Amino acid sequence: MQRIFNDPSRVTEEALEGILLGHPDLLAKTENPRVVRYVGSPVKGRVGIVTGGGSGHEPAFVGYVGKNMVDVVSVGEIFASPSAHIFRDAIRAADGGAGVAILYGNYAGDNMNVKMARRMVGADGIKVETVIANDDVASASKDEREKRRGVAGEILMWKVAGAKAAIGASLEEVIRTAQKAIDSTRSIGIGLSSCVIPAAGKPNFHIEPGKMEVGIGHHGEPGVKVDDLKSADEMAQIALDYILPDLPFNSGDEVVVLVSGLGATPVMELYIVFRKLTELLGKAGISIYRPYVGNYFTSLEMMGVTVTLMKLDAELKALIAAEATSIGLTQPKLS
Amino acid sequence: MNSYPTAEGRKVLLALIETIDTNGAYLSEIDGATGDGDHGINMTKGARRTKEKLGDQNVTVPQGLDMLGQVLLAEIGGAMGPLYGSFFIDMGAACGDSPAIDKEVFGKMLKAGMNAMQDLGGAKVGDKTMMDALVPAVEGYEKAVAEGASFSEALNRMAAAAEKGKEGTRDMIAKLGRASRLGERSRGILDAGAASCSLILKSFSDSFQSAEQK
Repeated sequence: MQRIFNDPSRVTEEALEGILLGHPDLLAKTENPRVVRYVGSPVKGRVGIVTGGGSGHEPAFVGYVGKNMVDVVSVGEIFASPSAHIFRDAIRAADGGAGVAILYGNYAGDNMNVKMARRMVGADGIKVETVIANDDVASASKDEREKRRGVAGEILMWKVAGAKAAIGASLEEVIRTAQKAIDSTRSIGIGLSSCVIPAAGKPNFHIEPGKMEVGIGHHGEPGVKVDDLKSADEMAQIALDYILPDLPFNSGDEVVVLVSGLGATPVMELYIVFRKLTELLGKAGISIYRPYVGNYFTSLEMMGVTVTLMKLDAELKALIAAEATSIGLTQPKLS
Repeated sequence: MNSYPTAEGRKVLLALIETIDTNGAYLSEIDGATGDGDHGINMTKGARRTKEKLGDQNVTVPQGLDMLGQVLLAEIGGAMGPLYGSFFIDMGAACGDSPAIDKEVFGKMLKAGMNAMQDLGGAKVGDKTMMDALVPAVEGYEKAVAEGASFSEALNRMAAAAEKGKEGTRDMIAKLGRASRLGERSRGILDAGAASCSLILKSFSDSFQSAEQK
């Protein structure tokens, strides 16, 4: 294993310690070492945004804690949901008296731990609501959308909900916009190589040389098909072939495009995919309001790319336009 | 052997810890075929943390089960943390302050553990999860008790039913959790949760039956 760590069982702890040391202007510790908050959160009278998930997806999830973004994050072991206690402590840390929105991805472990955490804080009188992201079109058919996984589209959900909470919206309003954000978002991943959890010490799964897996999940969950390795342009086409008809996205739509590497992909190659996406979307009459290209949501050292599209309406557009500061996403107010 | 002294929880807990710890690599290997290969790692981490916490203190069976369950719930996360955490905590709670665990008391404990898992995970028999080992095990145990079997005999039938249930997951298609994304490709591989569940139930059976052999 050609990797950089000390004790394989302490990778999450040590990485998190480093992240906190590296971003004292953004991130603050809480009593629970697996719960990290934005230095400016919670704000009294404002809805708190909580997310969380397994580690190994950096900058997700901790990297989206910040101004007008996520208030508090729960940090799990690599590829494992944070425990119920971690989510519970995150809810408490995010509470400013106006309720807490937990916005997370659709995975069995996260669902169970969030469910238990909500029960645990029941007696505290904190109002808690959830939105469960399910933007990955490859993980289940359209008529079983509730089974789909949440992937990179979660970032756009946090962006929208964080901006909404920042303007003082009620919990109900924050939840409604977060739900609208994810309902308007579709993603797909293409994987070219596997990844190694340090404590496991060997690849999680296998992709043969010369092959690629279309629809791969963020933990190497198998996709919809294994295909011969294609060119960047063909990958862009394949991604859109799955995403566009699913929502569907139509001519005249305005979208956000998010292209993320899975950890090992050279960033320049992400731009080659993005270049083709721009051309193909143009031909389809779909205009790009805001692109995000880079390593936004990774899977350790997996080689591959994810493509996410969010269809905008006036409300979502204004929330995407808001200023934001976090490790993973920083932008001035867009015009 | 008609019952096990509730006060001797340390032995039961250490046996569970040992079972989980020594089978960690095996469980991760099965899990790696369909999940992400961390089942054993996380269960082992929970077992070791519990061992540290236990130190050299004596605990009753419910105290020991609560200790293990709380560690899994608080520190392990994933899907197995809350599922097994609730399982052990509710088993311990169902034991209550009975001075001895006999076949009736253990029947209540098993049922409480199973209900906790069902409530949280929502899995049914045939979904290729730990319930495929647990549900037939509990049914087998209850049937044995109803037929007038001894505690030992009921425990043996429970462990055998769990093992059979576990083996049955090989031919199933996963419907829940990460493995469900595999569809047909999950066929032919054991479910890691069912495997750990079978090992855990066997550990209970062995611990309780060892009381007699001493």
